[in-house]
Amino acid sequence: MTSSDLNWDAIVIGGGHNGLVAAATLAKSGRKVLLLEAGNEVGGAARTEEFAPGFRVSTVAHLLNRLHPDVVKTLELERHGLKVERGDLVPSVALSKDGPLVLHGAYGEVLTGTSPSEQSAWKDLRAQLLRYAGVLKPFLSRRPPDFAGMSLAEMAGLGQTALALKRLGREDMRDFLRVLLMNVYDLLDEQLSDDRLKGLLAFDATLGSHLGPRSPTSLLGLYYRLAGEIGGLAGAQVQPKGGMGAVVAAIRAAAEKAGVSIRPTSPVAKVIVEKGRAVGVVTQGGETLQAKIVVSAINPATTILDLVGPREVDTGFVRKVKNIRMKGDAAKLHLALDRPPQFSGVDAAGHKGRLVVAPSPDHVERAFNPSKYGDFSPEPVMEITLPSLADPSLAPFGACVLSAVVQYAPYALREGWGAGKPRFLKAIMAQLETYAPGIGATVSHAELLTPADIEARYRMPGGHWHHGELQADQMLMSRPVSGWSGYDTPLEGLFLAGAGSHSGGGISGAPGLNAARRIIAMRG
Amino acid sequence: MNRHVKTDAARTLAQSHFRTLRMGTPFQPRIDALALTNDWYNWAGYRAPHSLWDEELEYFAIRSQAALFDVSPMTKYRIEGPDAEAYLDRVTLRDVTRLKPGRVHYTAWCDDDGFVLDDGTLFRLSPTRFRLCSQERHLPWLLDSAIGYEISVEEETEAVAGLALQGPTSFAILREAGFAGVERLKIFDLAEFAHDGAAVTISRTGFTGDLGYELFVPADKALSLWDRLMAAGELRGIRAIGYAALNRARLEAGLIVTNADFTAAEHAIRADRLRMPDEIGLGFMIDPDKGHFNGRRAILEARTKKKLRHVLVGLEIEGNIPAEHAIVYYKKSQEVGLVSAAMWSPMAKRNIALASLRRPYGDTIVDDLWVEIYAMRELQYQKLMKKAKVVQRPFIRLDRRTASPPADF
Repeated sequence: MTSSDLNWDAIVIGGGHNGLVAAATLAKSGRKVLLLEAGNEVGGAARTEEFAPGFRVSTVAHLLNRLHPDVVKTLELERHGLKVERGDLVPSVALSKDGPLVLHGAYGEVLTGTSPSEQSAWKDLRAQLLRYAGVLKPFLSRRPPDFAGMSLAEMAGLGQTALALKRLGREDMRDFLRVLLMNVYDLLDEQLSDDRLKGLLAFDATLGSHLGPRSPTSLLGLYYRLAGEIGGLAGAQVQPKGGMGAVVAAIRAAAEKAGVSIRPTSPVAKVIVEKGRAVGVVTQGGETLQAKIVVSAINPATTILDLVGPREVDTGFVRKVKNIRMKGDAAKLHLALDRPPQFSGVDAAGHKGRLVVAPSPDHVERAFNPSKYGDFSPEPVMEITLPSLADPSLAPFGACVLSAVVQYAPYALREGWGAGKPRFLKAIMAQLETYAPGIGATVSHAELLTPADIEARYRMPGGHWHHGELQADQMLMSRPVSGWSGYDTPLEGLFLAGAGSHSGGGISGAPGLNAARRIIAMRG
Repeated sequence: MNRHVKTDAARTLAQSHFRTLRMGTPFQPRIDALALTNDWYNWAGYRAPHSLWDEELEYFAIRSQAALFDVSPMTKYRIEGPDAEAYLDRVTLRDVTRLKPGRVHYTAWCDDDGFVLDDGTLFRLSPTRFRLCSQERHLPWLLDSAIGYEISVEEETEAVAGLALQGPTSFAILREAGFAGVERLKIFDLAEFAHDGAAVTISRTGFTGDLGYELFVPADKALSLWDRLMAAGELRGIRAIGYAALNRARLEAGLIVTNADFTAAEHAIRADRLRMPDEIGLGFMIDPDKGHFNGRRAILEARTKKKLRHVLVGLEIEGNIPAEHAIVYYKKSQEVGLVSAAMWSPMAKRNIALASLRRPYGDTIVDDLWVEIYAMRELQYQKLMKKAKVVQRPFIRLDRRTASPPADF
């Protein structure tokens, strides 16, 4: 019997990590689930791939800092090979010509490389940031509030948030509300004085979005980052052994254990709609597959505009979907190096961590400025990892892999990425050379993925890893569009489960898990 | 797709539009010459006559002779392309696949929430070319609706002049004017006829419930068409009329007017003013078995979940005082709705009205309804509590409206 003879309970489109999480969760609830992946292998933007002979790297996401504990628990990922131990946490190093500053443990439990007064100021600010991010945290693992038709359970969930707010105490609650939509630059100015620390935080707040530190609401990005946790530690980060592909392998194992049928190289051409209801899909190969429900864990705009088609939904909805802003502003650099680089003043532990080039908030803001007008940053900011130091299997003996997320690289580069890419690579290498003198000479292969490349390779429109800007107007009940934020769509039986839905991107699995929970709650 | 975008030159030219606060229509020279009362109103930015010489007699011209009414300010869209049928089937409520070329139907369209944006008439000029006429402007909505369809949408309100020729002698006048073959037009048929080196589209449609036609010509042929009809109609009692007379005729015919009998969704500020088709008597347009259309999900859900909150009804009210904008009561005490249009109908010889009621009143509870009429009598209101009965619309049915071939009066 071939799979097309079967009637599936659910077809999941897209084998990125959210699709896998959704499929696994649905299968665990007893549903018969088929997952269709367009590419040769699952994992989407969470893969470990070879980019030069003998050199492997996590090709888009390279740090694990927000895999949701509910995902780990629900799918028993630890049983399926995911291991995170306290010793795996890596520090963040703010590189600077004045010498590095290091945030140890979970997002700077200990801060070194700066004055005692700054350390003390950071201790207070860190505690405050984590308290405030903690208020937002419960939102990550449930449907966004729907004030129009809220269920009792949802109401209770919102009540928890209200309680968390109340627990802050009156002064703190007022301050929380005061700073919520602030820009990160001004907040940092209020409380810190070390430019390196401020630069690092400004970078983290704006990483992956089209915002500069001085853009209104940029602080939300930092809260989003700190609402994530690893091993129960808020703000912590690890470089998974084997790269991000190893994380996906664990999720995949859980999905297969739960009985999900996974079919790679099966791109979906069309969602079949009958009388306002999604009843199956047609693959690009022409095969028709029927299912009780269809769960799309790919981009929301691609789902609605390409797979469903504007004809099957209402004009207002099409309008909203077309207006989702999703032009990526971050590039990904992979270098194959003959030997490990030496970043000035950084110790061995630091080299295994996250190295950030963002020497001051002004530097980050200046890097952002040209991107508003379609130009890349002449002095880009970036976060660098050297994954082969912790996992030598990723590079040939003695050689080294460098992986960096580089900003700002506007998707719609005015001069076009054909001409712009080599010039941007040169600008990046100049920055690297400043902090790791001699690194340029050791490069045996360089791969730079611009947002245009990421779009083409990973089917992420705009090359945006959140599948839609993660800013205040595209969060919570406005994600992916207002009125349809709870993983449902105007089509009965069609659900969205990807990063384009609440709570957004990063390797969290939360959208996939939340969507599956929604479907199970609806008995869909 | 956005082929409506004007060239820079045209844009510059249009920039001085604000200097003319009320535009004239292509018929304005003729209408101005007949406007003895100088009683104007604003119809979608145009200077349109409320009456021209005598409101009462203008109404009777519709019912006893032939009335010529300038409908040029009506918003007109030209929708053309291989996907035009599919596009309009998605945008509007009724099944466009069943509208044959050479036919017209009355339809309406809704937003995502199933609330009515407008009603209007859809003319199928050819398999791939349509004209959509409406009260309000909808270009952004129509263009955004065009995403995914191979069509063009162009506003042609200014480029196309329109006339309604309504009344018992209207057919005879067209025949006298030399539009050979016009007798073959059945109700809701349309055809093209030669006029002054161009084409005039004549449809057997109208807004009066009477025998009548609507004529559309390129704006530069407007005056010659007017003159042609006036000359042909001289002995058949043709009269130019204003809106007040037409408004009476349409009420007798039981027809509703957007933003008079219901508030269009894009105009409504208050959430409880929005109306679904079922709430304004347009439920008959909804076809759950046709392809997807805007508002389908919301409309069907409102039906299943019994979320429809209003109903539009025809009322017959005792006495002869028009109950315009009167409050409707249940058992003389409980407020249940409002009259949106009312008149003493000379044809029906009844005091008639259209009213929006809050369900179940007007729906399942139709007895013991009253309207409170405030009749101003020499600076004092006389409050009248009059019994109202829910009745079928239209309030009058004229056989000549649909008779084929049309009667020769």
